[in-house]
Amino acid sequence: MSIRDHEEQAVGPLKSGDDATQNLSWWAHVLVGILFGILVTKAEVISWFRIQEMFRFQGFHMYGVIGSAVAVGALSLLMIRRSGAKTIRGEAISIVPKDLGTGVRVAVGGTLFGLGWGLTGACPGPIFALIGNGVSVMFVVLASALAGTWIYAHLQPRLPH
Amino acid sequence: MLDLLSQPWPWYIAGPLIGLMVPLLLLLDNRSFGISSSYQHICAALVPGRSSYFAYDWKKTGKWNLGLALGTLLGGVVASVLLANPEPIAISSATQTDLADLGLHNLSGLVPGEIFSWSSLGTAPGLLLMVGGGFLIGFGARYAGGCTSGHAIFGLADAQLPSLIAVVGFFVGGLISTHLLLPLIL
Repeated sequence: MSIRDHEEQAVGPLKSGDDATQNLSWWAHVLVGILFGILVTKAEVISWFRIQEMFRFQGFHMYGVIGSAVAVGALSLLMIRRSGAKTIRGEAISIVPKDLGTGVRVAVGGTLFGLGWGLTGACPGPIFALIGNGVSVMFVVLASALAGTWIYAHLQPRLPH
Repeated sequence: MLDLLSQPWPWYIAGPLIGLMVPLLLLLDNRSFGISSSYQHICAALVPGRSSYFAYDWKKTGKWNLGLALGTLLGGVVASVLLANPEPIAISSATQTDLADLGLHNLSGLVPGEIFSWSSLGTAPGLLLMVGGGFLIGFGARYAGGCTSGHAIFGLADAQLPSLIAVVGFFVGGLISTHLLLPLIL
């Protein structure tokens, strides 16, 4: 992220025409988000009950949703790479690989995340979708997740990654 | 039409559509699907403190992801207003029995109202599940560098090793919470 920041800053201030494009793109992301919010609600993956069913291996539903999403995502990436498809603005598609570090960050961070997923039955996207669905107490979960993010940021220099 | 859409969507419809988030965001604006970095951007915007982790231009870097997060919330509004399913979620009878053993009998709605309510914030189970669980989600997602969307969907779809390890961790943590912690807490 920091490398990308520097590259973007090196370009200098955006022109007004670029501003309009930026705003259009922002609204496009809001629209994609709305679609995602509807999907996770109707797929019931934001439900604490469905998450319990998954972690108790008592139903196929969650595995079906995640498995088919991964399969379609993988197939899409394969097609994009094979065809050399570009973005709608004509840029080459670029994917920054996830950071493995020594493996500690993903193993330990992943397990801590999983503990929270099992307790709240929600993860970062569904927390937003649940608030939208009127489960207002999820604001507390969101605030606490932001506190966790903040504490992580301040402990980051001392944590093994 | 709305009646049909108000039914729960089967996994083989909803799952593939969720998977299409991956090419949609790449083709639209060269973005890798993921939601949890929005938490970093919100902190960077509101309470950056002195952490170098928040020392970047959140408007430039994070605007798209905050838009996605806002949209996800609005999508929840749309789904609940236009497409609400009045029936309790049809989880398996085995899960219903297990939850009854934990003392949860009201299975209506998206979350168990017996724990996830403002009034139960003052109880130990309510605090541990909502505040404790929320903290772990935020801390763990940023430590791992992604959440269910970024690692489990995008990262696995891209066959990335860090994501595979993270997803194994997600499951280990979830199994511990479900089988060890919940019986102690509830």
